[in-house]
Order: sequence, then C-alpha cells, then structure tokens
Amino acid sequence: MPQEYRQILKFVDQPGYTPDLDCYLRHGGYETLKKALALPPRTLPDGRTLSGPEQLREEVRLSGLRGRGGAGFSCGLKWSFVDRKSGKPIYLICNADESEPGTFKDRQIIYKDPHQMLEGMILACYANDVHLAYIYIRGEFIEGARILNRALQEARAAHYLGRNILGSGYDLEIHVHRGAGAYICGEETGLIESLEGKRAYPRIKPPYFPAVLGLYNCPTIVNNVETLCAVKHIVAMGGAEYAKIGTPNNTGTRIVCISGTVRKPGYYEIETGKVTLGELILDPAFGGGLREGRTLQAIIPGGSSAKVFKAGERFKIKRKGPDGKETEAELGVLDLPYDFDTIIAAGSMSGSGAIIVLDDSVDIVEALANIAEFYAHESCGQCTPCREGSLWMAKALRRLTHGGGRKTDADYLARIADNIPGGRTICAFGEACSWPVQSFVAKFKDQFVARGAADEARRLANTPNAESPTGKTNA
Amino acid sequence: MPDAPNIQPPAAPVETLKVKVDGREVEVPRFMPDPLSGKPVPTTMIQACELAQVTVPHYCYHPKLPVSGNCRMCLVEFGTPALGPDRKPLLNPDGSVKIAKSPRPAIACATPISPGMEIYTNTPAVKQMREGVLEFLLINHPLDCPICDQAGECKLQEYSVDYGQAESRFVEPKVHKPKRVDLGPRIVLDDERCILCTRCIRFTRDVVGDDALGIVNRGGYNTLTAYPGRPFDNNYTLNTVDICPVGALTSKDFRFQMRVWFLKETKSLCTSCATGCNILIGSREEKIYRYVPRQNDAVNSCWMCDAGRLNYQWIGREDRLTEVRGPTPELRGWSAVLRELTRVLAAAPTGSVAIVASARQTNEELYLLSKLGRKLGALTDSVPRLGEADRLLVHADRNPNSQGARLTGIAGEPLGANLARIAEGIRGGTIRTLIVFGEDVTRHGIGADLLSKLEHLVVSDILPNATTALAHYLLPGCAHAEKRGTFTNAKGRVQKFMKAVEARGDARAEWDFLLELLSGLTGEKRWAGIEALFNLMAAEVPAFRGLEWKALGDAGVSVPL
Repeated sequence: MPQEYRQILKFVDQPGYTPDLDCYLRHGGYETLKKALALPPRTLPDGRTLSGPEQLREEVRLSGLRGRGGAGFSCGLKWSFVDRKSGKPIYLICNADESEPGTFKDRQIIYKDPHQMLEGMILACYANDVHLAYIYIRGEFIEGARILNRALQEARAAHYLGRNILGSGYDLEIHVHRGAGAYICGEETGLIESLEGKRAYPRIKPPYFPAVLGLYNCPTIVNNVETLCAVKHIVAMGGAEYAKIGTPNNTGTRIVCISGTVRKPGYYEIETGKVTLGELILDPAFGGGLREGRTLQAIIPGGSSAKVFKAGERFKIKRKGPDGKETEAELGVLDLPYDFDTIIAAGSMSGSGAIIVLDDSVDIVEALANIAEFYAHESCGQCTPCREGSLWMAKALRRLTHGGGRKTDADYLARIADNIPGGRTICAFGEACSWPVQSFVAKFKDQFVARGAADEARRLANTPNAESPTGKTNA
Repeated sequence: MPDAPNIQPPAAPVETLKVKVDGREVEVPRFMPDPLSGKPVPTTMIQACELAQVTVPHYCYHPKLPVSGNCRMCLVEFGTPALGPDRKPLLNPDGSVKIAKSPRPAIACATPISPGMEIYTNTPAVKQMREGVLEFLLINHPLDCPICDQAGECKLQEYSVDYGQAESRFVEPKVHKPKRVDLGPRIVLDDERCILCTRCIRFTRDVVGDDALGIVNRGGYNTLTAYPGRPFDNNYTLNTVDICPVGALTSKDFRFQMRVWFLKETKSLCTSCATGCNILIGSREEKIYRYVPRQNDAVNSCWMCDAGRLNYQWIGREDRLTEVRGPTPELRGWSAVLRELTRVLAAAPTGSVAIVASARQTNEELYLLSKLGRKLGALTDSVPRLGEADRLLVHADRNPNSQGARLTGIAGEPLGANLARIAEGIRGGTIRTLIVFGEDVTRHGIGADLLSKLEHLVVSDILPNATTALAHYLLPGCAHAEKRGTFTNAKGRVQKFMKAVEARGDARAEWDFLLELLSGLTGEKRWAGIEALFNLMAAEVPAFRGLEWKALGDAGVSVPL
C-alpha cells in the first residue's frame, strides 16, 4: 500500500500546529541550526580540515538533493559552482515565486510552517557564507509575505537571525521581497533582475551564471522553498541517511500537487520514486481516482509546461537496478515511478511536482488553448522565438476554439512550436510554452484535426463563397 | 587615444587561440576590449567569425554596445574538443582532435570562444533557426516597406532575401501598437515596426548615460517607449535611428525626404567642433539630405551628436554667396578680380596687411594663408569659438580646425590674441589692407567703423554677413562638403574629407584660388591638385612632416601636438 511520507509536512495540518515561533520550538524547531552553528572543524582521513560550513555543504552533496523548483538540478553541484574567491559577497535567494500552474506546495510551507523554511534557509546561508539573503515571494501571496515577515521578526528577536546568531559570531539578515505577479519572475535570472528593480528579463548565460554573476553581479544561490526545507532535514539527519529516502539519484521526499479531475486533489509528500503516477492518481491515499463513470484521458506530470502523457501510453524506460546494472523495462504511463529521471526518460518532466489529471470530460483543444493563453500572457517578450511564438500559438488556438479552425491547424501549430525550444531562447520559457503544444498536438492530433475539419465544414455551409480559410483575407 | 605615426608603442604580446569557423582555422585574440570599459573580455564567437571574415546575421548585437542576446538571429552550432576521463582531448582514428558537437545551439554574440572550438555558421539547422527567427519577426511586422524610410538599409529586408519565405503562413490578426510616437524633438517611433532588439535602449543608457528608453507590456505586446512625461531629447538621440536595424526609429529631419538608395555617400567630417567626427554625407543631385556617422574608433566610434548631424542645412541656403566681386562693378570674373587683387597686394608695403583666417578652413588653406601672410609680412590670426563640452563627443572648441590654425602658424598665441592688435593697427592707420577668410570680424572686435577705414577689404566667405557687406573684394568660398581637404582635430588627428556636392555660381574652393593668388604674387608655378598641395604642406610644416595624402586613409593619422 503506497503511503505518504511526511517529512517536510510532518507537522503541517496537525491540529494545533500554528506558524508561530513558539509552536515551531515546541516541535524541535531551530535545534538543527543550533547544532550546525556549533559544529567544530573536522579533520578528514586525508588530512584536510573541513570547517563547519564546509561540512554542511558536504552533507548536502552526499544527500543527492535535487532542486524542487522544476529543473531538478543537483543542489550540491549548484552550491559547488559558487565563486567563493571573487571577494564579493555571496547572496542567497529563496525562490518563493511558485507560479507554475498546478503547483501549490511551497505555499503550504510558507503559510503553515514558515520557520521550517527559515531554518533551512539560515542553514543554507551559513553553509555558503552568506550574510544577506532574500525571499522572493510571488505578489499574490499577500498573506504569505505577512506570515514570513512575522516569522522573520520572531526569529530576529530570538537571535536566530541578525547579528551574532546564537552567539556563534555568524551574521545574517533576510528580507522578504514581493513580486508583482509575473510567472517569469520564477526563472532564477529573471528573479534576480526583478529583485534588482528591473523588468524580469532573464539573463543570457553565459556570462550571467548566478553562481558567478548573480544578484548585483555577485555570486548568488537561488533555491526553491522546498529545497531549502530539505536542507534542514539533510543537516539534521546527515546527507548519507537522507540519501536512503527515495530512490538512487532521486533522493528524499517530494511534495506532489495533484489537481484536475480527481476525487481528492491536494498535496501529498512522498518518497521520491517509491510511488507510481497511477497510485498518485488512483489510490485512496492520494488522488483517490476519477469521478464516477469517467475515464482517464491525459496526465500533465510536472506543471502545465510539462509534456502531456496520453492515457494508455507505454514507454521503454532504462533503469539502473540496485546492483548498478541498467535494464530496460516497458512501462505503462500509470506504472511510471514518480521521480525526476523516470518521467524525463518517458519524454516529459516531473518539474515542480504538479500532476494535472484530465479525464474524458475535458476538451483537449480547449485545455491546450487555456495553457497557451497563459504562456502567451506570461512570456516576458525579451527574445524573439518565445515572444512571437507564444502569442502566435495562443492566437491560433483561440481561433481554433472559436469556430475559425482549419484541418491543417495541427501541423500549423506543431511547426510554430518546433521553432521555439531547444536552446533557441534565452531561458527555459521557450520550452515551457512550446512543449505543451508539441505534445498535445502530437498525441491528440485527431482531436485537433477533427475540430478544424468541423469548423471548415460549418463555414463552407454558411458562406458558400468563402475564399480564405479564416473567412477573411490576411495582409 | 592619439597614436603617433612614426612611433610604434611596444607591441604587447597578444594572447591568441585557434578556432575553426566553418572548417577554416583562424587564430584570434583570446581577449578583445569591452565596447564600453575597454577592458579585455573574452572574445566571442561572433567576433571570431568576423575576424575569419564570416558574417553571422544579427539584429540586436552591435559591436559598440553591451551584448543583449535577444534577437536569436546569430544562433550557431558549435563543438569543442571532446575530453576523455583524464580530461585530455580524445583523438579520431586519423589522429585529429575529436570534436564533441554541442546538442544545443549558442548565440554567437555572447558565447566566448575556447581553444579548439569549431563554429558552424552554415549548417541546415542554423539556416532553419534563422528562418524561424525571421518568420517570427515578420509575422507582426506591418510590411510597409513602400512608405518606410528604412527601406534599402533595413536588416529585415536584407535577411529576408537569404532566409525569408515568399508567402506568409500567418493567418492570425496582427498585434497593433502605437504609430507615429513623438519620442522627442528629433525622433519619431513606429512601434509596429520595432523588433525589440533594445539597441536604442542600450545606446542611450550605456553610451550616453541617459536612461530614457525602455520596454513596457508583456510578451507579444512588448512596446518600446520613452520614460513617461519626459521627451527623449539628449544630444545623441539620432544615433538610435542609425543603429535601429529596422524602420522603427526615424529622424524627423530625414523622414520622407529621400529614398536611401538614391543617396550618394561621401566620406567626410563633421565641422561643428574640434572632435572631428567622421561622417558620411548623403546627397543627391547636389543637395545634401543627411549626415550619418562613419565609424572611426580613434575619434567617434560609431556616433555623432545631434547638433553636428543637423548642421548641414546652411550649405543649401538660398542666400549663399555665388558671385565673385571686385571694388568696381566692371571688375567681374575670377581671373580679372584675382589679377587686380594680386596687383594690389604686391604693391602693399610690408606690415600694412593683416589676415584673419578661420579655424573652419582646411589645413591646406590655412597653410596657404600663412604663406601669404609671410610673403606680405602680415599680422595674422584666427577666431576662437568656444562652447560647452560634454563627456562623450562634443568639444568645447567649436572650430573644426583650431589645431590646423596653430600648426600652420596662422593663429595668434593663444588663438585670437592678435585680433585686438589688428583692430588697433587699423585704428592707428598702419594696417591698410585686411584679408578675412570665413569670419564676420565685426563680431570679433573689428567693427564696421574700423572696416570702413580700410583701403582694401578682401573677404572670402560662404554666407553673407556684416563683413562681406563691406568687402571690396568678395571671393565666394566653398563649404567643406563642396571641396576636399584635411582638418586636424583637437587631439591632433589629421583627417581628410571628400567632396560631396558642387558649389553654386562662382563659388570656388579657397585652397584653389589661394594657390592662384600666391603663384601670381610669387611667380612660382601653381600646383595641380589637393594631393600635391597636401604633400607640399607636409614637407614645409614641421608638425605635418612625414604625412602623405594617400597615407591618411579613411581614418586619418595622428600627429604629436
């Protein structure tokens, strides 16, 4: 029987668990920080000595933690890229912009257990010699920003933050910065630009790798809320211990957000890779299955930008067994273990952990039109393929869902989408806006063609002299 | 920075590396100067390609601006030497270095090169990416080339030839954006033509230091605009028209005046201050339509100020002096007037002649005037003209050739110091003949009352003024656009300019009739043309020693001051 594995959400939603400091302390809060700040230098067998912060970084490396914001990049590796010799300050930013449609995990932490996130953040800052850090929170989380500011005040008053934290000599200040409501502010370099007070135009890499040229052109670490919470648990239990949770290369827990046409939409914390997509959607412990009389049509496995899976799809997945041997197995979509690598191997991504379930009541063309509309609205407009392509696709889908469709629109959409991703754009938004179109059109082509054909037939019946497929000429 | 012609600075060893561009190996510097700070920064793919004489199409990249990387037109494929587990390069069976091709393309404008890198600018994938970008840029473009001023020098048009499709498959309604936006006193913006490359934004922010332009709205509705409630009116705004790769930013002055393919382009210089910005004069049928800056990294980079750029209309003024005149109505035509003038000057006692030259004349003319002054034993000077300098190009010295006036010896020390003495000489009656070139001396301490005391007032000028009105001998001269010559800028750079248009009426290049006058006075034979004159001057004027007309090239040569 698959079960939730609550580590980050251990106390969240328990009766009487409140977001204030007292409650957090009653549940063992800030004990990990106390221990970490008191870590003495450790001498390794090879004679090297690791300082306290270096030991924390080593634990995070050992834990195999992968970023929970969407890309799933190794946290230890990200930290190792930080330019520590530049002489410039190192900044850490907590990315609390949670904007990917279908994702609502970080807000559970922010609203219900802010001190856990702060403790993880303080630990990450201490590990990386950061003395000034920011929480970039999406503008719509008005209450979340209030809660965080209150938590910061409490932490400051209790000397978990500020000058000489708990007598350790370590100084750290954290500020909350509210975004103004733009998806692209979740992209780490767009976020940095926004934090600097500019338009959130993502930066070109090279040269602006945040680890070298980040906030104010200083080395900067940007970590997701859930990632920073995981850091707390890694430090508490040790990296090697943490790596035993989940599956190899997909360690720890993940908070999965299940939405769409399931009986029990919500957030569920699981051991990564120990639960399949099917279990997450159908098991009573998670999504609880579809409504009466409905059949599964599609699954978006990692936020609205992830490529869609079609019900009944089968994949040949290469997997490494515990003995390190690679085996290939054919798996149905519902049998895919929910982790980073398997979902990527199946051609999509687990992204921000948002599973959107579409049953047969959903109009696939309308669903894609909705997604495309979102991405056209959220494209920052900086680089050509994304700026023009996202709006073009949205307009075509608007036409297709408003009676102006053509049989050829499926191919038309695919050809637009093919010109956007694959490194053609400055940031991953190019992929985010084109992957849904590519995958929906490829996997549900019959529905798109049928929609267009029906429109054409109707137009032909209504206007016998129609010359142009759209009923009007185009300049 | 002036670099002396004969003194080579000790060549610092340039660190180079080898890359391959489309299969051809080139050795390029590892670092190139940053366009703004001048500090060495890693050489990028697009620079390496440029050095390999392979042009990578681009819109947003500009060699003199910070890189933005937004247009995506310069995407190329590339590979780097494949490394084994020991971090050593792997070899192919034939012994050559194995190249690991990157699965993703890179923008050539921002990606630094590395040793052994191979850049592929011409693969089917690269071509397909360029076609994709071009199609995206065109779907919402108004395609109003027939009424667009940029037509003929538009990057959208140029790349459409290589990467465009004959037919649009875009069947959606286009995005509509503001038209005819009055950005400032000299600039009109058409937002529908704008491709959002941000060159103008980066130029005015990073080069001028006036953060006046920006983009508002999201995604496909991105719109270029000026800061609300503030006109875009710094003295460099028209450069944004030059660097705009499309017809979004247009010059109010040039808008709808002439199709650019009709314009003859002549290499010339701006005369509005001592910086000596290099320009191209755009003219058609003896009429000047515009100045645009011409790149010279030793002088003006790619820029010029708005004031200098628009300072050309006077050349075509209706009241230009077009008739050569002597003291009596019967004396007409250049040969008669010059013959009479030669007679008068030859008869003038030493010390009775003074010359006021203009630092707007060319080096050659000032040299000839100086020679004339020495022959006549004349007191000579030139007129200083000062304004306010800025931190970019505008020089406080508003004469284009004060250095020339100094170096040829015509000017007082400092410039203008002798003007009062000349006035005194006229007042006291010792100076009976005054030769004035290109200045209205009534505005520089030698008033009409003094001029009327003269026996002979010889004036050469272009436009009428209080001095020309009193002239006994009036010798109509040429604007720089109507002749050839050289100026020496404030930093000692000797630069030449070419003739763009014919002068009207009798007007004649000053150096030309000065030569005739001098040969009449001295009996020496007159020289053939401007090249020979320049070379003669170079032989005689110490500061110009070693210079040759031909060797000046398009960018000029610096002399030590």
